[in-house]
Amino acid sequence: MYQREQWGTRLGFVLAAVGSAIGLGNIWRFPYMAYDNGGGAFLIPYFFALLTAGIPIIILEFGIGHKYKGSTPVTFSKIVQKWEWLGWWQVFIAFVISIYYVVVISWALNYMLLALNLGWGDSTKKFFFQDFLQISSSPFEFVGIVWPVLAGSVVIWFVTWLVLYSGVKRGIELANKIFMPILFVLLLIMLFRSVTLEGATDGIQWLFRPDFSAILNFKVWTAAYGQIFFTLSICFAIMITYSSYLPGKSDINNNGLMTALINCGFSLLAGIMVFGVLGNMAVEQGVMVKDVVDSGVGLAFVTIPKAVNFLPASSFFGFMFFLALVCAGLSSMISITEAGCSALIDSFGCSRKKIASLFSLVGFFCSLVFMTRSGLYILDIVDHFINNFGIVFAGLVEVILMAWFFRSEPFEELFDPKKPLRWSTLESLFLTESIREHTNSISDIKIGMWWNFCLKFITPIVLGVMAFGNLIGDFRENYEGYPFWALVIFGWLLVILIIVLSVVMQHSGKKEKIL
Amino acid sequence: MTVGAIIMLILGLGVTWGGAAVCLTIALRNYSK
Repeated sequence: MYQREQWGTRLGFVLAAVGSAIGLGNIWRFPYMAYDNGGGAFLIPYFFALLTAGIPIIILEFGIGHKYKGSTPVTFSKIVQKWEWLGWWQVFIAFVISIYYVVVISWALNYMLLALNLGWGDSTKKFFFQDFLQISSSPFEFVGIVWPVLAGSVVIWFVTWLVLYSGVKRGIELANKIFMPILFVLLLIMLFRSVTLEGATDGIQWLFRPDFSAILNFKVWTAAYGQIFFTLSICFAIMITYSSYLPGKSDINNNGLMTALINCGFSLLAGIMVFGVLGNMAVEQGVMVKDVVDSGVGLAFVTIPKAVNFLPASSFFGFMFFLALVCAGLSSMISITEAGCSALIDSFGCSRKKIASLFSLVGFFCSLVFMTRSGLYILDIVDHFINNFGIVFAGLVEVILMAWFFRSEPFEELFDPKKPLRWSTLESLFLTESIREHTNSISDIKIGMWWNFCLKFITPIVLGVMAFGNLIGDFRENYEGYPFWALVIFGWLLVILIIVLSVVMQHSGKKEKIL
Repeated sequence: MTVGAIIMLILGLGVTWGGAAVCLTIALRNYSK
């Protein structure tokens, strides 16, 4: 019999969950999303999305992981055996993300060292794309490994392996008890430095000045829901796995609320820090803030290094910024890989040490393609498809099944024709209600029927709009103008392949009984 | 900074960190019981 591991402390679990949620996107995606979608007014749809989708799903995943005490495939199998493949689908999504996410963290690790002597020079764009990444001219021109990226990836995979190898308490929990405080201290130092720079107030003003007309724009609401969905690490096996390690009496609802709120709070502080620096950069260059605003990879590896060049004690600030990216990225990387390891441990009954080693080795070799000179193109395509057609669709299926089809008991045992037909009576037929009863029975903060309503109606509608909107958009035109065959091989075929593999996995492996 | 920007900034930080503080207070209150 296999004895399931547990978190040592509640703090350890919350830090791990927060560490999973807080990642690179909190620093380089949220600030631009807010700026580009109404500034301060964006917070209205953002918080509405948090309340109606983010928090409901995170509590759902915490609840089912805690109740069924298994990795994601095992959890779905325990609910309805024939849906185990949905759990594997989410695990494969996590695996694919891990093999390119490690490369981005490697970039941050390299830039952390480059910051010591501002090695990126004045032409930060040319340096990043031509000197550092040595980018080729097409996704298929992937001859040549970029050695600094490979070296960084080896380090990141090694750290990840060490944490996974050491287990839940001595590995994952301990790592997050180190990384999360470091990350928050770094953010606060950078925040203080940023807001005291010349021009910072102007930069922050650009982020938060509200354009309330944006609330009438449908695109802003989809942007808000998309940001909430992707920022919380939901619907790709992580939160179910992490909560499966919780002891019997755990305040699920409070933990879920804390994780979601701290994650979003971090994004806001990161946004203030980033726009403070951009405000200073605009002053130094004699341009407007809107001329220097950027997001994503461009913000982190082109714009911020350029801004850092203008700062007093620039090496120190640059080092701290990229160290923060590494910490944020590593804590997320650990959670992504643990989702996969946990599923394999549960399914094949092998020891954690063997699984962690094999997983890290296979993961490293799969990552190699992203370390080539066309790595950025392939990463961009894979990231787009795995997020928009992997996570979003898996999330849509998960929520619809939980809220509309899965039941905790057979229908005949639940439905009593003598009882008056009320919403609550009908709702008790579905699994979500049994999960709500489960989490409320052990939590100080009780959640009401609004949670069921959100999961039944709001979340599926929003996810459905996102999912099919993306599908139509990508059928109409090639994503970012990439060659058709690049999108087929690294995008569509990848998405289909992981679904096929998920069905195959359902019928393989011996299932260990989990205590 | 404009009044609108300040209000949205305070609202954002209040909802997130204020909410997290409330959750933490509840957790610590029951921890000490």
